Amino acid sequence: MGKVLKYSFYDLIRSRWSYIYFLFYLALGFVLLFLNNDLSKAVITLMNIIIVLVPLIGTIFGTMYYYNSKEFTELLLAQPITRSHIFLGQYLGVAGSLSFSLALGLGIPFVAYGLLKSNAIFDFTLLLVTGVFLTLIFTALAFNIAISNENKIKGFGYAVLLWLFMAVIYDGIFLLSLIVFEEYPLDTFSMVATAFNPIDLSRTLILLKLDISALLGYTGAVFRKFFGTQIGFWISILVLTLWIVLPILRLQYKANRKDF
Amino acid sequence: MVRNLVFLTFLFVLFSGEAIADTVMVCSSCTIKSIQEGITVAKEYDTVLVKKGTYYEYNIHVDKPLTLKGENYPIIDGQKKGEILKIISDNVTIDGLFIINVGVSYTTDFAAIRVTKSENFTIQNVVLEKLFFGIYLEKSSHGTVYHNKIIGNAKDEYNSGNGIQLWYSHFVNVSHNHVQGTRDGIYLEFSDNITITKNTSTKNLRYGLHFMFSDNDVYTENTFEGNGAGVAVMFSRNIDMVNNTFKKNWGTSAYGLLLKEINDAKIRNNTFEENTVAISIEGSNRITYQNNDFVKNGWAIRVIGACYTNSFMGNNFLHNSFDVSYNSRLNDNEFRSNYWSNYTGYDLDKDGIGDVPYRPVKLFSYIANRTPETIILLRSLFMDIIDFSEKVSPVFTPDNLKDAQPLMKKRL
Amino acid sequence: MIQIAGLHKKFGKNDVLKGIDLNIDPGKIYAILGPNGSGKTTLIKSILGMVIPDKGSIEVLGESIKKGWKYRKQIDYLPQIANFPGNLKVEELMAMIKDLRNDKGEAEELIEIFALQPHLDKKLANLSGGTKQKVNLVIAFMFESQLLILDEPNTGLDPNALIQLKALIKKEKEKGKTLLITSHVMQFVEEVADEVIYLLEGNIYFKGTLTELMEKTQQTNVEHAVAALTKKK
Repeated sequence: MGKVLKYSFYDLIRSRWSYIYFLFYLALGFVLLFLNNDLSKAVITLMNIIIVLVPLIGTIFGTMYYYNSKEFTELLLAQPITRSHIFLGQYLGVAGSLSFSLALGLGIPFVAYGLLKSNAIFDFTLLLVTGVFLTLIFTALAFNIAISNENKIKGFGYAVLLWLFMAVIYDGIFLLSLIVFEEYPLDTFSMVATAFNPIDLSRTLILLKLDISALLGYTGAVFRKFFGTQIGFWISILVLTLWIVLPILRLQYKANRKDF
Repeated sequence: MVRNLVFLTFLFVLFSGEAIADTVMVCSSCTIKSIQEGITVAKEYDTVLVKKGTYYEYNIHVDKPLTLKGENYPIIDGQKKGEILKIISDNVTIDGLFIINVGVSYTTDFAAIRVTKSENFTIQNVVLEKLFFGIYLEKSSHGTVYHNKIIGNAKDEYNSGNGIQLWYSHFVNVSHNHVQGTRDGIYLEFSDNITITKNTSTKNLRYGLHFMFSDNDVYTENTFEGNGAGVAVMFSRNIDMVNNTFKKNWGTSAYGLLLKEINDAKIRNNTFEENTVAISIEGSNRITYQNNDFVKNGWAIRVIGACYTNSFMGNNFLHNSFDVSYNSRLNDNEFRSNYWSNYTGYDLDKDGIGDVPYRPVKLFSYIANRTPETIILLRSLFMDIIDFSEKVSPVFTPDNLKDAQPLMKKRL
Repeated sequence: MIQIAGLHKKFGKNDVLKGIDLNIDPGKIYAILGPNGSGKTTLIKSILGMVIPDKGSIEVLGESIKKGWKYRKQIDYLPQIANFPGNLKVEELMAMIKDLRNDKGEAEELIEIFALQPHLDKKLANLSGGTKQKVNLVIAFMFESQLLILDEPNTGLDPNALIQLKALIKKEKEKGKTLLITSHVMQFVEEVADEVIYLLEGNIYFKGTLTELMEKTQQTNVEHAVAALTKKK
């Protein structure tokens, strides 16, 4: 698997898209810091951008890479390598290069503006951790979609739809159900509904950091336990990890049964 | 000649009562072993000096003008039997005592130190622990409560008392005190012209500072942190609130500052940091909010009920989850020249004032007021989209509520 | 070398292989023939493990290939369509395959034979179809595996390269290797194959030597023989 990962990574690192992605983050970081020169504020703005943008790029890039590397995959399949290593290697190659672009693209401007000596470093680390998690999750979901759809256009359609659903529609339904059932105790429901969407989950990680004052205004006991203690943070990390592991398992399962 | 001498002696005795005032010593090895005995023995304007040691006494009456002073903090242990020190005379000074174990009762408000119908009192450098009520001033005016430390361990509101309580007391100066773990840190009822400065009030069950029916009071440079609610000002007029810090008042009904039915107040140069609600306003009119900093609060300003002719100017609103929330569509308050960190407008003519108005009320704050669980959707793209559409054409939030001259740079 | 028994494969409603039984003996060259869609590529891919059979068993070198992958070390494969990751240069691709197989291989001579030196540091995306096929051939022939599977090896090759290819095939046979070749060019088949496996609608319609084929169909060349096979049906 290491070798597949290595070549996928090399391949991606040299592709135009990785550069565009990297330069985009580089520019974003510098522009934000140039505009307000305040590390903490830039981190907050970035958090808002990242939880929406990273999943989008992860899904699109993931599906694109899967379809474009069909030949590479076929080449590998005839070699003495197990299937799961081929797909895991490619997946990690994509997710890795995306994470790499993200970390480097944002890291450079922030370090240049004195991140290491500021107290925003914890928030920034959280930002990168969240970004990497989302990249891993949505690339895995994208691979799942791609492996299940031979038709490229269809696959892309589903991928974008998935993103749209997770980023916007899900929250709309979530909000509506909260309002419709407002007479009932809803805090357990809202915590569970949050866990089922990795974007929401990453958002809560950020809320824990930025909006703890507002969150503690709400009475629900489950809420309080979740947001008032370290438990919330660790549960979020755990569920996010599950969100990576489960799609990877499905990917393996599918890969072992697919004809090429 | 002899007559002159007699006359001089008479004058000396008459006019220099204080100069020849005696010091009455109280200690375990002295002739006078109890504080009450010391007070009884002492003449007016004497000093009763209490040496280091533990005195098991309660219901000590100070019924003449004198100074009761402790040396190296002698301990007065009331053994939870009732009130400990009661002042019923003018011109009394209490200094340097360590008072513990005040009695707890559901019928009588026992206090560590009570001042009743007296004037020109000074209570300073006193440490109070294990108390019910701390310093209780009733119908006592023109006094000073200075540099005391009151540490309670209140668990429930119904069986705990207030740290410093003023009832029908006027012209009192409360400063440099530290109050924690009581019900209300400092409580004022029907007390006017009070000055409260440089106190710290933390971890109190209910309010750090609480005004009821009290007018023309000033509080400055105090710190209120981690209380049930920082400061509550209710049914009062002309209160000046300047240079105070309200911090980390977290919880369901936790406020930095709660204003209820108050008129004509000034709130200037305060810092509100990380409170669930920085200021909650209910039925309050003609209040000016100027040059305050609202930093990282859940809600910076929450307006409930009718509030008229308030003005918010020159404040910094920095990274609050919600800047302003209203529960109605009516607005008669003015927002002008504030800095809003959430402002995304531009300044083409470079005059430091944003060219497009800022609308501080988000639709989401309206939804979150209605269904509190929705708070979990804070910062989601969906909410941003909804907020944006509301911003473009307000339906639920007050149409005229906007800062037409938002500052581009934070006021320093 | 290869034993296949009762091999079935369906793609959706399309029955591609309907119970194939086949024995491939070592040291021979087999030509797998058949009209379009008869299941040639599916059969090859099943042997390679790229297509998972619905039913039946495949053994390569005496071991079932189910869930195995190490046996592929004994197979060199030339895919039908020479598509490679476009970002790689030719020499990088070769280095990668060597690395993946943990085998240094013998590429030098093959590169010379197909005159690929000028293309070595070009990206694969920029190569012509024929050049790509040559690269494809180099990769397939550079290792010393016992089994060589060539899917349409002669597509896109110029006459000179074609001659070189035939020579290569002969050389490999002399080394005692087993070769499976599919092709549509009957002349080519006639020149290189020892045995013919004719697939039709998912079944083996004919298996035997070239002479047996001629005898059976009463024809004098393979092209006509094959056409006759199809017609008979």
